[in-house]
Amino acid sequence: MANNIRMKAEHVDFYYGSNQTLKDITLDIYDHAVTAIIGPSGCGKSTFIRLLNRMNELVPNSKLEGVISIDGESIVAEHMDPVDLRRKVGMVFQKPNPFPKSIFENIAYGLKVNGQKDKGLIEQRVILSLKKAALWDEVKDRLHDSALRLSGGQQQRLCIARCLAIEPEVILFDEPCASLDPISTSKVEALILELKKDYTIVIVTHNMQQAARVSDFTGFFYMGELIEFDKTEVIFTRPKDKRTEDYITGRFG
Amino acid sequence: MIKPFITRKHQEKLIEWFFFLNGIVVVAILAGIFMLLLMNAIPAFREVSIAHFLSKPIWNPDAYDQPTYGLLPMLVSSLMVTVGSLVVAIPLGIGTAAYLSDVASPRVREIAKPAVEILAGIPSVVVGFLGIVLVGPVISKLTGTYNGLNALNGSILLAVMALPTIISLSEDALTSVPRSYEEASLALGASRWQTVILVKIPAAASGILAACMLGMGRAIGETMTVLMATGNAAEFPHSFLGPVKTMTSTIAIELGEVAYYTTHFYMLFAVGLILFIITFIINLISDIIFHKHTRLQ
Repeated sequence: MANNIRMKAEHVDFYYGSNQTLKDITLDIYDHAVTAIIGPSGCGKSTFIRLLNRMNELVPNSKLEGVISIDGESIVAEHMDPVDLRRKVGMVFQKPNPFPKSIFENIAYGLKVNGQKDKGLIEQRVILSLKKAALWDEVKDRLHDSALRLSGGQQQRLCIARCLAIEPEVILFDEPCASLDPISTSKVEALILELKKDYTIVIVTHNMQQAARVSDFTGFFYMGELIEFDKTEVIFTRPKDKRTEDYITGRFG
Repeated sequence: MIKPFITRKHQEKLIEWFFFLNGIVVVAILAGIFMLLLMNAIPAFREVSIAHFLSKPIWNPDAYDQPTYGLLPMLVSSLMVTVGSLVVAIPLGIGTAAYLSDVASPRVREIAKPAVEILAGIPSVVVGFLGIVLVGPVISKLTGTYNGLNALNGSILLAVMALPTIISLSEDALTSVPRSYEEASLALGASRWQTVILVKIPAAASGILAACMLGMGRAIGETMTVLMATGNAAEFPHSFLGPVKTMTSTIAIELGEVAYYTTHFYMLFAVGLILFIITFIINLISDIIFHKHTRLQ
């Protein structure tokens, strides 16, 4: 795979108050590929992914050192507004979090806050996003029902559709299947593989099989450090570090 | 073994009764007040019909030949100052609540929240005093009216008094909106203000509505402030710049000098009963909305 580097983390340290949760992370995220971040709970993998769209700025007393860049530009550069960044770098959260609005409104929301006023266009994009997220057939007859009445798996796909609607370039998945049943999980995984064609994807997961199934690159985080980063098949077949091997063979975690 | 004077089982029962009685006292007081108002209101309608009371546009109990006891002037007055106060207090209150919950730094919040609560504790007579010496002259200057003691003045003062309720309950409602909604909105490229206005306020709508209803209940029952600041002319109110005499002021002013056990005396209880019913309904509605809201969380 001849991939270009899309996002880059260089010597990233992150602190919550005086507690350092990420230590000297250097990692490249390749275009049109799925990068998986694995590691045991509390290893900093969610913290890392939330840095990529500046969600962690909402946490009081947090501090970022080092450089994270997208297309060669620092994401905290003067002219880089977090709002603009998040339009480019979308995110799907661990727990499905649809708004308490209708299915239609959930997806239209992102378009509306981004200044889209053309009703016809909004409708087209809602339908297209639902189709891309493989949810259209299940909800096409009840677009104006509350999104909260969907099942967990459907809600998560709705959240993916909502994210796709604003046409981001990078999509961050923060343990997207953590609260889903196996069937919904396989649907979401199939979707991620499909989306890889058009988007750059980063996925945090504590499910190693999932990382092996969907990703092209894998980074193993442990205690706030990036222990190893390589092509997924290398990580899962010939890990260089003893700790990576112990983790993927299930000796701890 | 000696049998104790009171067995444990009886002891439990006694304690249970004690707390039951405590609980029931509040309900009994409420029912008692209602009965008192009702019993004293009924004799008012021996000489005057209920239709007269509810439809006559004049309240003139002292008329020499034909006293009239029309509720409408004071009912409209009360509604005018209440609605007027809400027009001021609701946007200001929700705005302040949104500021406190989403924009203010922790330090500002630490100072502002107690300030809001202290505002709630200012005696109504002090607020009324401000109405006479401050708000009144300002209104008089700006509008060219005689003394500025009118419905507008009362509305502004009642808004000040309803604000703490609206702010602190709305703030609670906004703070209890799940963080995941906020994150979802921000992650979609919405700004903080878009998030507050389009996601958080709608999600907290029932809590905010309940807050406004409680603020309204506070405003409609307030007496001393409106008594001092609204001019108290017993005429049918025509505009916000004219003096009004609310239900509460009427009772407060006239009950002190009315001859006991006359129709006028009983009529004042009838007015009180109406006021009681209005505030009871407002509180009941806000309670229902509020419980629906907390159940959804």
